[in-house]
Amino acid sequence: MQKTFRIIDEDGIHARPATALVNTATKFKGTEAFAEAKGKKVTLKSILGVLSLGLEPGDTLTLITDGSEETEALSALQEVMIKEGLGELNE
Amino acid sequence: MSKISGIAASAGIAIARAFILEHPDYTIKKTTVTDVEAEVVKLEEALDKSKAELLKIKERTLAELGEKKAEIFESHLLILDDPELISPVKDKIREEAVNADYALNEVATQFIAMFENMKSAYLQERAADMRDVTKRVLNHLLGIHYVSPAEISEEVVVIAEDLTPSDTAQLNRQYVKGFTTNIGGRTSHSAIMARSLEIPAVVGTKDVLTQAKSGDLVIVDGLSGDVLINPSEAEVAEYSAKQEAYALQIAEWRKLRDEPTVSVDGKHVELAANIGTPNDVAGVIENGGEGVGLYRTEFLYMGRDKLPSEEIQYNAYRTVLENMNGKPVVVRTLDIGGDKELPYLDLPKEMNPFLGFRAVRLCLERQDIFRTQLRALLRASVHGNLRIMFPMIATLTEFRAARDLLLEEKAKLQAEGQEVSDSIQLGIMVEIPSTAVLADQFAKEVDFFSIGTNDLIQYTMAADRMNERVSYLYQPYNPAILRLVKNVIDAAHAQGKWTGMCGEMAGDATAIPLLLGLGLDEFSMSATSILPARSQISKLSVEEMKELAAKALDLGTAEEVVALVRAIGN
Repeated sequence: MQKTFRIIDEDGIHARPATALVNTATKFKGTEAFAEAKGKKVTLKSILGVLSLGLEPGDTLTLITDGSEETEALSALQEVMIKEGLGELNE
Repeated sequence: MSKISGIAASAGIAIARAFILEHPDYTIKKTTVTDVEAEVVKLEEALDKSKAELLKIKERTLAELGEKKAEIFESHLLILDDPELISPVKDKIREEAVNADYALNEVATQFIAMFENMKSAYLQERAADMRDVTKRVLNHLLGIHYVSPAEISEEVVVIAEDLTPSDTAQLNRQYVKGFTTNIGGRTSHSAIMARSLEIPAVVGTKDVLTQAKSGDLVIVDGLSGDVLINPSEAEVAEYSAKQEAYALQIAEWRKLRDEPTVSVDGKHVELAANIGTPNDVAGVIENGGEGVGLYRTEFLYMGRDKLPSEEIQYNAYRTVLENMNGKPVVVRTLDIGGDKELPYLDLPKEMNPFLGFRAVRLCLERQDIFRTQLRALLRASVHGNLRIMFPMIATLTEFRAARDLLLEEKAKLQAEGQEVSDSIQLGIMVEIPSTAVLADQFAKEVDFFSIGTNDLIQYTMAADRMNERVSYLYQPYNPAILRLVKNVIDAAHAQGKWTGMCGEMAGDATAIPLLLGLGLDEFSMSATSILPARSQISKLSVEEMKELAAKALDLGTAEEVVALVRAIGN
């Protein structure tokens, strides 16, 4: 499953929301989670990976989940994106 | 026991164990290991110890400083659990049969380089986090015992080569009883911060760092400038008595807290305080300040990874204005550059930073930064008695340009329907000799002057105040300086304007009689100097001090001026 977001936070993805994303992704043990942006795909279970995308406002970011709890994981991640003011759904 | 003399930088006496603040040596050697699995275990143990430390720091920070400050440690913890970091380190140990510290350092260096090469200034700064976390693990791998100043949790005297503004900002007043450094002078940043935190300090001791060892009992006498290492019992008793006497003296001064500052012959002058953050206002009120004579706004810009937004600034200015309850607050616009750097502005290194691109020079070019600050100030102006001053003005053209930007922002805000006070006084810092000399022309266009003596002295004497070898040229009492001060005050008075002074000289017991005689209207100093100054002024006659100042202006050297003032025996 996947969903695409547009980054709206004026700092891009910085440490605090990245921490929240990684913590959320890590909760779903049996489900893999990835972030894809600018042609690069990294695991969402790594803060260094997420920060290495160097996301800036206006960039698009696709969150991908795969596994037994992929629906729950994706909706939890979406909630973090919205609650932290990181991004909005790119529809 | 040994006794060292330095420069008394912040009054009071501290008696506590030494805490040596040194940045350790992280030289890493590559070695071949035979038992790679044992090396992996070593890495895991170091990671576990580091995580345990971080958890403790995170919890303490959460309790003492709140959630925002604790977040950074949460991300440090995540980094230590990050498979993208840990797996390659383990692979390297196993595949290349190398030591854990070497493997960790290699992998971490790649991440640091990655962050440093990122486009966003914010992400570039994350390199510092990566370095910080790596060092924490290396400490365990290399057997280095290092505690950062933020982690101090027992009563200590901090001893260091020098303290950077960020080191000082991390000092916890509850535990840090005093500090002493090898280098620095009365006007170095660490000294100024010590006075605003009211921590006794002795700086410029040259070798306290080599003489004292961690855990030694140390006495810091911020009144005399002496530092005693492993004093005898008799000495501890003597200094404890001195500490008590000082507390009594302070209690005596406290009685003057709610009194106005009036000379023997009935002339009123204003005693104000220099502050760096809204938190300092409590100290101003506690010490009976009649206003804020200098609010150094650069602290809002320091210790962060990007420029503070208009809203953050507005809240800070508003808090200060409201808490000062209608008393005047002179806010100095951003004075960055010189010895105060902002990493995120990425300004090129200069040969002569004090003579370079700083303060209003930077603000006039980086108008985005300046306009944001001006808007925040203008919006805050309705919450109190705001006065704005521009630092480092060298020419009237600069003043006019800065003033015009202020007026433009004011007009814009009013057009947006924002309320802005119409009684904001607008002044300049006089700290460049050209401006002091041309004060009569400036006085026609500004509402007030505030003489910044630290810079005025260094620019007049052509002597870097950070350079100890020329520190003898830092001469506040030099008649050349006094004549410039007189010129500025007279120029202001001729136009019906007022002159203040916000350098260290304004709170100096030897300078006060002279400044009073020269007609200074406002004295702005460290909050803790206000009550002693009020006590001193209440015993002086302005008429007599006028004669004293006239004599001083006619002398040839600073030494003669000091002898003249001391002779009146105040």
